[in-house]
Amino acid sequence: MKLSINEIKYKANDIRQDIVQMLLEAGSGHSAGPLGMADIFACLYFSVLNHDPKRPKLEERDRLVLSCGHICPVLYASLAEAGYFMKDELKTLRKFGTRLHGHPHNLSLPGIETSSGPLAQGASQAVGMAYGLYMDRKKSQRVYLIMSDGEQQEGQVWEAIMFAGKYKLHNLTAIIDRNNIQIDGYTEDVMPLDNLKAKYEAFNWHVLEVDGHNHQAIINACMEAKAIYEKPTVIIAHTIPGKGVDFMEGDFKWHGSPPNKEQAKVALEELRTLRGQIDSEHK
Amino acid sequence: MTYLNPKIGNSDIEQEPTRKGYGLGLLDLAAIDENVVVLTADLAESTMVLDFAKKYPERFVECGVAEQNMMGVAAGLALYGKVPFVSSYATFSPGRNWDQLRVSVCYSMANVKIAGAHTGVTVGPDGATHQALEDVAITRVLPNLTVVVPCDALEARKATVALGKMAGPAYFRLGRSKTPIITTNSSSFTVGKAEVFKDGSDVVIIGSGPVLYNALVAAAEMEKENVSCMVINNHTIKPIDSETIIEAAKKCKAVVTVEEHQTMAGCGSAVCEVLAQNFPVPVEMVGMPNSFGESGQPEELIEKYCMGIKSIKAAIRKVISRKNSK
Repeated sequence: MKLSINEIKYKANDIRQDIVQMLLEAGSGHSAGPLGMADIFACLYFSVLNHDPKRPKLEERDRLVLSCGHICPVLYASLAEAGYFMKDELKTLRKFGTRLHGHPHNLSLPGIETSSGPLAQGASQAVGMAYGLYMDRKKSQRVYLIMSDGEQQEGQVWEAIMFAGKYKLHNLTAIIDRNNIQIDGYTEDVMPLDNLKAKYEAFNWHVLEVDGHNHQAIINACMEAKAIYEKPTVIIAHTIPGKGVDFMEGDFKWHGSPPNKEQAKVALEELRTLRGQIDSEHK
Repeated sequence: MTYLNPKIGNSDIEQEPTRKGYGLGLLDLAAIDENVVVLTADLAESTMVLDFAKKYPERFVECGVAEQNMMGVAAGLALYGKVPFVSSYATFSPGRNWDQLRVSVCYSMANVKIAGAHTGVTVGPDGATHQALEDVAITRVLPNLTVVVPCDALEARKATVALGKMAGPAYFRLGRSKTPIITTNSSSFTVGKAEVFKDGSDVVIIGSGPVLYNALVAAAEMEKENVSCMVINNHTIKPIDSETIIEAAKKCKAVVTVEEHQTMAGCGSAVCEVLAQNFPVPVEMVGMPNSFGESGQPEELIEKYCMGIKSIKAAIRKVISRKNSK
């Protein structure tokens, strides 16, 4: 599925609207991270990934491992927009009987590769999948690992990064959502992460940095990662938490809370206006 | 009933560590399943996976001293289609990487097999830090996970092959020291099916692991006091063979559980859960008495921590007196 940059912009906007509506319905969940990652997920599911929503277990697929499971609304919305399941089901997020659990579960919904929630576990699993592909000399498939920045505080991340560096897993692309916030505040206050670039380079990774809201730059970075041999690649994507919803942008208080009815109304109006702006940009 | 080694009770009985059975089982399995891969965290030699590593270097994954990542990598490999065996000491795996076992493996139903070596006080000189006495407790509470405790090297070899052929996550427990070969090549082993090692009618000893040898010797010695002891090898702690346990309790009406593990939440507790809900009878539990171990020789530690023949006989006498005083 390869959409044009303009079509991807629409998809990102659709995904953002889905996220706001889902969170409103659910009454709990994370807002900032999913909104901030909507552009990256739109690029992945509508341009970068080799996948088939009708055949989610297709052996030749690229695998996307969401390690920071708490931003799953953006994953669910992307999967629904891509056609893995009906968009109506998004309303069931976090409700009794749902397939859209508060954190993703590989056995409950098509298109979900792993169960995640406890941070850093996806890093090792993605590395394991990439290693399996490498063992079997499957050169055309890739593994995409999505991590949050706060997640980099987990020791297991660095165990996995060390492993991938040792085995030169160039079929692995990691994307870090560098939005500078976590539950208790700004990452550099809670537990400083910088210099992330130097840290990854020291572990024998190829490091790229992009504006996480520039669709062309995201896609270009993913293409560059594919062209790098001998090293895994990490894309440090600088994002604005809550992107697209003015009153959420950059505020860590929105890390773990959903909008109420009034707030959701304002947010959706704003997102529809932004959609209109995409239209005018085209013309 | 299972045919056992005729040398039981003799000082010249053959002895091998159960971890050796694991290493041999891996070779058996690798020959028939090319998806079998082995991971270790810098413990290839002492978990006895070196022969596998030499024979199948492309299927051997050295993870370095990083057990959390090793469990996750194994989960990733399993979700991709491999059959990974995670090899380390049980104190580290599943001790240190329990969260990864819980979510990446059990919740996700990743087909990972975890071999926990160096369990029990028979680890000996390395001391308390390396003597896993809680591993059965922390694994048997996890949904989707099969938990097996082989009683000797032959059974460990069979268990390795059986668990490798079975779909779904499994933990199995291994020992460091040489322990008597209780079973024979022809002894049967089926995951989830307890084996009656010896029939009897006054008391049933239900246990798991190499310490069952002490139970068999104690049972033989009690015969001289006219106490008829049944002995059951409850090698699969989960899913537990309730039927065999209830049947034995109905026949003997007194139970002694034996294990080289904390008495809390291990094999004995699993047996008590079955009995309390189905056929309550007096139970005495032999195992690690809520304590950490220490350095020493295996046999010294087994005696000190009340898992020797004498302690088992004392438990048998006590449970029979409780049964008779009812």
